[in-house]
Amino acid sequence: MNLILLILAGVFVNNYVMSQFLGICPFLGVSKKVDTAAGMGMAVIFVMSLAAAAAWLVYNLILVPLNIVYLYNIAFILLIASLVQFVEMFLKKSAPALYQALGVFLPLITTNCAVLGVAVTNMQKGYNFIESVLNAVGGAAGFALAIVLFAGIRERIADNDTPKAFDGFPMALITAGLMSIAFLGFSGLIKL
Amino acid sequence: MANPVKLIKNGIINENPTFVQVIGMCPTLAVTSSAINGIGMGLAATAVLICSNIFISLLRKIIPDTVRIPCFIVVIATFVTIIEFLLKAYVPSLYASLGLFIPLIVVNCLILARAEAFASKNGPVAAAFDGIGMGLGFTIALGCIGLVREFIGSGTLFNTTVLPEAFPRTLLFVMAPGAFFTLACLMALLNHFRNKKA
Repeated sequence: MNLILLILAGVFVNNYVMSQFLGICPFLGVSKKVDTAAGMGMAVIFVMSLAAAAAWLVYNLILVPLNIVYLYNIAFILLIASLVQFVEMFLKKSAPALYQALGVFLPLITTNCAVLGVAVTNMQKGYNFIESVLNAVGGAAGFALAIVLFAGIRERIADNDTPKAFDGFPMALITAGLMSIAFLGFSGLIKL
Repeated sequence: MANPVKLIKNGIINENPTFVQVIGMCPTLAVTSSAINGIGMGLAATAVLICSNIFISLLRKIIPDTVRIPCFIVVIATFVTIIEFLLKAYVPSLYASLGLFIPLIVVNCLILARAEAFASKNGPVAAAFDGIGMGLGFTIALGCIGLVREFIGSGTLFNTTVLPEAFPRTLLFVMAPGAFFTLACLMALLNHFRNKKA
């Protein structure tokens, strides 16, 4: 039961983009079209779950026994970078269309702070293996949900007549702010 | 030899990381609920940026092109770890309020972007000044956003109360949506002036 709550909390209550500001760069950068946004969301779900699992293993089986916990940041980021490289090669081979669409943003998952953020949060909260993975799945699903919704709204806005000074990023940020108010409605729903 | 003044001005105004390049958004939005937090984050990132820029610039002829990104990341992560320990030891209150976002300086795209675009192509002195300029631009932007949010949201500036008690606080501005709105309005304001000039 708690495990289901953990996922739901990740998707709605503690949404990474809307309430914790993790992964804002891809959120703003790859959200002009719903298709690419969905692709990015899927890629993040995949990478994030793998990364959380791998980070837990590295932390508990290597860093803790060797007493080099202070190196966690370097270890995690290298782990994520190599995982992303792997996913990139995998997509290039098996889904070239998706690979084309995501283009330069796939390597940028390395610098998607949500991925590193999940690994560090799991470590700080002392989650066990299953909790870590589920926390990542929930968080990534929340990211995917937010980016797809956001892309949908932006597609509509693109044809609208906005004030000139607000063209582009400012308008996107206002939209994100309004969405974030909507997500505030979930706060306090689940207490962990 | 590039002109240091020009490099610094470039970072603060022409290519301001937050308002013009729109990179490094996560800490920009997350930690700017007060001016002090914003400036603290800006300075921490600046310190990492200057060190990593100098170091990467020194190593630029040794690092093979194909594995340059992992190399950059290791250099950056090393400096972030150092800064994290320094903050924990000497400014524990700032360390507590920035929390998760200190280790996350590693993935601040600003730092990696400068490593890739500038430090790996220029000498250490120019790279240092580029780091100072970009870092200051980042710090100033974070400070501005922090000031606005703190003023509207909790009626204080640098933790001193300036609005009378009776004046209503708009709590929304300290929370997540306020960050988006503040940045959007500041950006629109800059766009407005730029459009006028052009």
